[in-house]
Amino acid sequence: MALTPERKLALEEIARRIRVDVIEMVHAAACGHPGGPLGMADFMAVLWMEHLNISKENLHDPQRDRFVLGNGHTCAGLYSALAHKGIVPREMLHTFRKLGSPLQGHPHRNADLGIDMSTGSLGTGLSTAQGMALAAKANGWPTRVYATSSDGESEEGQIWEAATSAAHFGLSNLTVLVDFNNIQIDGEMRKVMNVRDLRQKYEAFGWHAVDVDGHDVTAIDAALCAAKAETERPSALICHTTIGKGVSFMEGKAAWHGTAPNDEQAREALAELGV
Amino acid sequence: MSPVLNPTAAKRAATRDAYGEALAELGKQNPDVVVLDADLSGSTRTKVFADAFPERFFNLGVAESNMMGTAAGLASMGKVVFASSFAMFAAGKAWEPVRQSICVPHLDVKICATHAGLTVGEDGKSHQMLEDLALMRVLPGMTVLVPADAVEARQAVFAAAACRGPVYVRLSRAKTPIVLGDDYRFRIGKGTVLRPGNDVALVACGVEVGAALEAADLLASEGVEARVINMGTIKPIDGELLVAAARECGAVLTAEEHQAVGGLGSAVAEHLAQHCPVPLELVGVQDTFGESGDADELLAKYGLDAASIAERARRLLRRKN
Repeated sequence: MALTPERKLALEEIARRIRVDVIEMVHAAACGHPGGPLGMADFMAVLWMEHLNISKENLHDPQRDRFVLGNGHTCAGLYSALAHKGIVPREMLHTFRKLGSPLQGHPHRNADLGIDMSTGSLGTGLSTAQGMALAAKANGWPTRVYATSSDGESEEGQIWEAATSAAHFGLSNLTVLVDFNNIQIDGEMRKVMNVRDLRQKYEAFGWHAVDVDGHDVTAIDAALCAAKAETERPSALICHTTIGKGVSFMEGKAAWHGTAPNDEQAREALAELGV
Repeated sequence: MSPVLNPTAAKRAATRDAYGEALAELGKQNPDVVVLDADLSGSTRTKVFADAFPERFFNLGVAESNMMGTAAGLASMGKVVFASSFAMFAAGKAWEPVRQSICVPHLDVKICATHAGLTVGEDGKSHQMLEDLALMRVLPGMTVLVPADAVEARQAVFAAAACRGPVYVRLSRAKTPIVLGDDYRFRIGKGTVLRPGNDVALVACGVEVGAALEAADLLASEGVEARVINMGTIKPIDGELLVAAARECGAVLTAEEHQAVGGLGSAVAEHLAQHCPVPLELVGVQDTFGESGDADELLAKYGLDAASIAERARRLLRRKN
């Protein structure tokens, strides 16, 4: 069933609040990666609030869903989502990237905070998500495993090793959301190293693959529902996004992959986000 | 003769065979054990497990990095994961996912790598992994085991399954002498004195344990009593046994089928340099790659046979005083 208008607005509001957290966290840390998680905020909101069966109550239930942030540098968005779920204490967000904080600069597995896998080195996440999906399937558990990836990460060979084997094993309980923003560190993805049409590629590897407007919460929700209905194949949602979405001076700019806003830029960004 | 030594030393077996059989037995005892391979299950002997428990065996094809990541995911769900390939690919090609996905979150993945060292033989340098102990030993939290023979390999598999966190077990293709007796008991982190002696200590792992015992025989005929130590665990190294050997013998030689740097010799040197410095001699491959050839001929050519160890021990004894 499609999202009700009220639910759509509620998810868009969560996405806005994730964006606010991202700016505040990266600004407080004075370093980090704001662009990616701003672009991913809409699909992270839909995934975490509408689909992932992970909560404070079932955190230690082995049969709950799992999440792997393959593009680990976008973790400010993950930590914000975990705070919205009440799993990460909100005040902990201010410790992001600081000495002693469990909210590391790239995710470090933490059973008590719902961080299911250590990631950060691009290419490693999807294989680990596949292992989780294999275990769930072998155990006959209802667990679904979600991973994120990105167009830049799709340049890593290990992604395609995992894409081959996940289809081979028929892991219909595995879904990858690929943040496709045509930006990587050194510039435009199509100029640096063009990964071309990822939907066609995943399809050719034997996946159920769809292109989605990564900022349309209704479309994202529908695509995630369709992925759940798959019984034979893993699913790939190629989420077309704009890096830095929601902050005009960050949108579409590679420079905001890994640069923190200064005080004035942070104020401006938060004002644009309605703070 | 020490009670832990095999009285019929002529018997030979490959450690990879012992691995396959132990794995199948372990599978019977523990339903959480799953096994991964990368298209080499016949050679690594994981096929013995695969035939017995097909639903708990996953062949990842020729994709070792993906295999290690998959192993991490399975382990994060509570499985006890054994992942096998040739040492070159398990420790070499897949090193980064082993670090990032297995060691960083400290997951229960047991990497059992076969076809290590020169004794791969005819396949030559592309497959003769001589750097794996260095690569695995440097990883935080990784336990590194090098069974001396099939007897120790079998026990190492059970010990690896019982210990928490990642373990690297180095296994061989070649049928090598069974040096340990049935009453030998392997414990992670503990070396074993196989032959008493106070003139020089020969500390060896893997196939070099047999060679060190032979070398001790050669030295005994010259009136030199060598203590022979089987160091089945490279990490954590048995520092207590090493310091005792250094104190009582005054000189220590290490022998391994690995580069002379980075492996057992380095682990021993690091410990003794800090706790009981004595003259050391590190027997290993000297900063070069291997080549095709018969396993025993290769060990002789690269200075890893009993005669070479004895010669290096004589050189060490001249430095002792």
